[in-house]
Amino acid sequence: MAERDLRTVSTATNPDIDAAGFTVDSAVSSIAIAAPATPAGKPEGFSVVGKSTPKVNAFAAVTGAAIFADDVVLPRMLHGKLLRSTKPHARLIKVDCSRALELPGVVAVATGADIPVRYGILPSSPDETVLAYDTVRYVGDPIAAVVADDELTAEEALDLIDVTYEPLPSIMTIDAALRDDLPQIHANPRRTNNVHKEVHLEFGDMGAGFADADRIFEDEYFFEGNTHAPMEEHSVVAAFGADSKLTIWASTQTPHYLHRIAAQVLEMPASRIRVIAPPVGGGFGGKTEPFAHELAAAYLSCKTGRPVKITLTRQEVFYAHRGRHPVKMRIKTGVKRDGTITACHLQTWLDGGAYGSYGVATTYYTGALSTVTYKIPAYKFDGCRVFTNKPPCGPKRGHGTTQPRFAFECHLDAIADALGIDAAEYRKRIAVDPHSTTVNGLRITSCGLRECIDAAAMRTDYAAKRARKQKGKGIGIAASTYLCGAGLPIYWNEMPHSGAIVKVDRGGGVTVYCGTSECGQGSEHMLAAIVAETLGIDVMDVRVCSGDTDLTPVDLGSYSSRVTFMAGNAARQAAARVRSQIADVAAAKLGIAVDRVGFALRRVFDVDKPENAINFLEAAQATEAKLGTIAGVGSYAPPPGIAGDFKGSGVGPSPAYSYSACVAEVDVDLETGAVTVEKITLAHDVGRAINPDSVEGQIEGGVYMGLGEALMEEQIFRAGEHKIPNLLDYKTPTILDMPPVESIIIETDDAEGPFGAKEAGQGPLNPVIPAIANAVADAIGARVYSTPVTPEKVLKALDAASGGVLRLRKPAPPATPREPVAP
Amino acid sequence: MHAVTLHVNGSTHRVVIDPVASLLRVLRDELGLTGTKEGCGTGYCGACTVLVEELPVNSCLYFAVDADHKRVTTIEGLSQDGSLSHVQQAFVDNGGLQCGYCTPGMILTTQALLDDDPDPSSEHIRASLSGNLCRCTGYQSIVKSVHAAAKAKNESEAPKKAVRGRTRVRSRA
Repeated sequence: MAERDLRTVSTATNPDIDAAGFTVDSAVSSIAIAAPATPAGKPEGFSVVGKSTPKVNAFAAVTGAAIFADDVVLPRMLHGKLLRSTKPHARLIKVDCSRALELPGVVAVATGADIPVRYGILPSSPDETVLAYDTVRYVGDPIAAVVADDELTAEEALDLIDVTYEPLPSIMTIDAALRDDLPQIHANPRRTNNVHKEVHLEFGDMGAGFADADRIFEDEYFFEGNTHAPMEEHSVVAAFGADSKLTIWASTQTPHYLHRIAAQVLEMPASRIRVIAPPVGGGFGGKTEPFAHELAAAYLSCKTGRPVKITLTRQEVFYAHRGRHPVKMRIKTGVKRDGTITACHLQTWLDGGAYGSYGVATTYYTGALSTVTYKIPAYKFDGCRVFTNKPPCGPKRGHGTTQPRFAFECHLDAIADALGIDAAEYRKRIAVDPHSTTVNGLRITSCGLRECIDAAAMRTDYAAKRARKQKGKGIGIAASTYLCGAGLPIYWNEMPHSGAIVKVDRGGGVTVYCGTSECGQGSEHMLAAIVAETLGIDVMDVRVCSGDTDLTPVDLGSYSSRVTFMAGNAARQAAARVRSQIADVAAAKLGIAVDRVGFALRRVFDVDKPENAINFLEAAQATEAKLGTIAGVGSYAPPPGIAGDFKGSGVGPSPAYSYSACVAEVDVDLETGAVTVEKITLAHDVGRAINPDSVEGQIEGGVYMGLGEALMEEQIFRAGEHKIPNLLDYKTPTILDMPPVESIIIETDDAEGPFGAKEAGQGPLNPVIPAIANAVADAIGARVYSTPVTPEKVLKALDAASGGVLRLRKPAPPATPREPVAP
Repeated sequence: MHAVTLHVNGSTHRVVIDPVASLLRVLRDELGLTGTKEGCGTGYCGACTVLVEELPVNSCLYFAVDADHKRVTTIEGLSQDGSLSHVQQAFVDNGGLQCGYCTPGMILTTQALLDDDPDPSSEHIRASLSGNLCRCTGYQSIVKSVHAAAKAKNESEAPKKAVRGRTRVRSRA
């Protein structure tokens, strides 16, 4: 590959921060890569894009003015509570609400039979009802909903509902779910076990691939489940009006999907339902599907004619879950002596919990992106998702790709070690090339993977630190890729994935309407910046109206890192259409040809003679006078030809992929097994940073969440009950646990991204977990094969590596130092 | 039911409340101050932090009756005459928030920290904010925001702060 021009655009440190301090190493570098193949625009030509300005929605957040779903209060509003199952698996013999209904203040009650329509976020697995119909499938499965004049009365009424269960054997592990002699959680006459979905895909010549290999490596890994734990507890307000129209305010990342499913479940025309997504207090994938409390509130509002609010408690949020699947993974890889991969076979077993959720997609995702990172000429993937009697798993930041990324990157380190190749060098050697197609038919466009690896390795002096082999000190690297939006919607249709409207007010104000949901990732600012750049105005001149199914065109939602690429492109097209109208009129006014009209700094001007100009307001008013109301619409759908042609090819394709590389530096206490992460350096190919501060924020947030998953977070159960459903015992990193994070932005200027942009919301999380695991392996000379990498597992790995000396029983260190053991 | 007098953000409110009602519920439900957020309801996350007599408390665990006749500051009380406080401005300028849900608690805890220590070290900032969870930012930009807020606050109050700063050093020595 030809050497590319790497130039540092900006390296900024905050001089105000004390030298001994937390952020002393938080230098942020931004490296632009001149990419002749993708000339989307010259960076110096932008006036808004590429500038770090405060996010347009930050002002409401810091003053308490932002109205989240639980802040919505309506006249005559009732408060609802859900009664949840106390059994992991049982038949419902009787649900008697008569005593609850007699409690003064209780207005209405609903049970499964009231809302019996089966649904699922994926049309292929409609296995849920709003309230349990005849079976409960996990502790926490909603059985009944009560609405009352106030929350305390509703809660009191829950105790008055009499439920008779007939317990069934519960299935709590993948192994149990694969057995033929246990009851089925969901009746399926085609199977005898609790398998939900099986996927078998094969590409290239596997036989020849393994035959050509000089060495074959095989490993097994386990990724423990964990949950999103957004700071905002899920909340909904539903209001059914006298006009028979229903409005739902919900903390949702996907107002469009809630809209669809609410219409289906309530058996109402979608045209009579309006879903509004207020600012969401953290999502991370945990608010991407309709929840029982949302649909129950909607039903009970219709039934009572009064607004209904239901806000989950923190404990309920842990049971609502839809988070990271626990996944067991087996990888077999054939390599040549120089490390070239000849064939790879990946097997995954996903513990899906009690319902389908996004699980079919998750299953495919555990196998879909292996080939988008490294060159694999022959690839076989077998995935299997099972039902268990636990809260349903779904998508969490990195959706299904995070677990195999952990396994694959650990596996690669083992291969590199065995072949005597440096782990960073090895990854560069086998990295995919830009503008290539994978063996499973995925189209890769811009790709800065090698640049990410170089940048992260250079900034950390990786090679020297890796060579030192000092017991207890470790450095590890890992790389990754992620989608910029799923190539297909979750339900088949040929309509756009994103729509936007841009309207210009005769006061010069510009509003962009788009169905996106702002959950902290910065979608509102991104839309404002793209419109402002296109129309040559300031980002604060743009008002964003988002997430309202009555007011905004459809955007499929804030998932799969799709918003910047898809909604951004739709908004850019809408703004460009407005610009074209204004340019026509301004050209006549300026007495120039239309192709000479430029827009910048709130002015419309002659690009050859910038002093020949009118201001934006004047141009807008002249345009409205001549052409009438000024508005433009835009839409985006991924291009054809980005996927292969086989059953299952719908999961994995994306119009572009982001790339990341992460270097973790750790200190491991060899006596206690405690891992301290000293620094994380992460380089991310974002295409182009529309707002570099926001991109750094996404990188730092991804690193934080990855660190939690790597070292402490686990969603675990005992006798069917969540062991730790609270924010104290479910350990997340606090501010004291966070190491310095250095973010390096790599720009590859994607030809199809809006102003060259790709994603930053999810990709940066993925390499963090294996980078930490690899650093721990470097530090202790032994590997922990599962997440989280707890002190206990570190000590066990050390123990195993030392030949089974029970170090926990030996207070004194062994006489001879343990040597690293080759895999 | 119990009558209490609360001095919230400079205004005096007399409310009749359930004696077991938390300050969080009274602020949100009785006074409409929805800027104060519930993140867990058990005192683990710090999202509901408000200041009572200038000290940060978890309002979800703090009985409203205990705030009787006391000064309470919520996020709505920080900006003066329509302009942001130094701490609010610093969080805006330094990307100290993403979803914004933990932000009121973070900002009020920071306010209390800076009232106590006008020029905190990173260690002091981290120790002071260790009871406030954030799932979005990774905290780095929050530490940066607090440093920036301290700097801006000290610059705008230079003469007064200089004296306080010296006093503090002497008293510690």
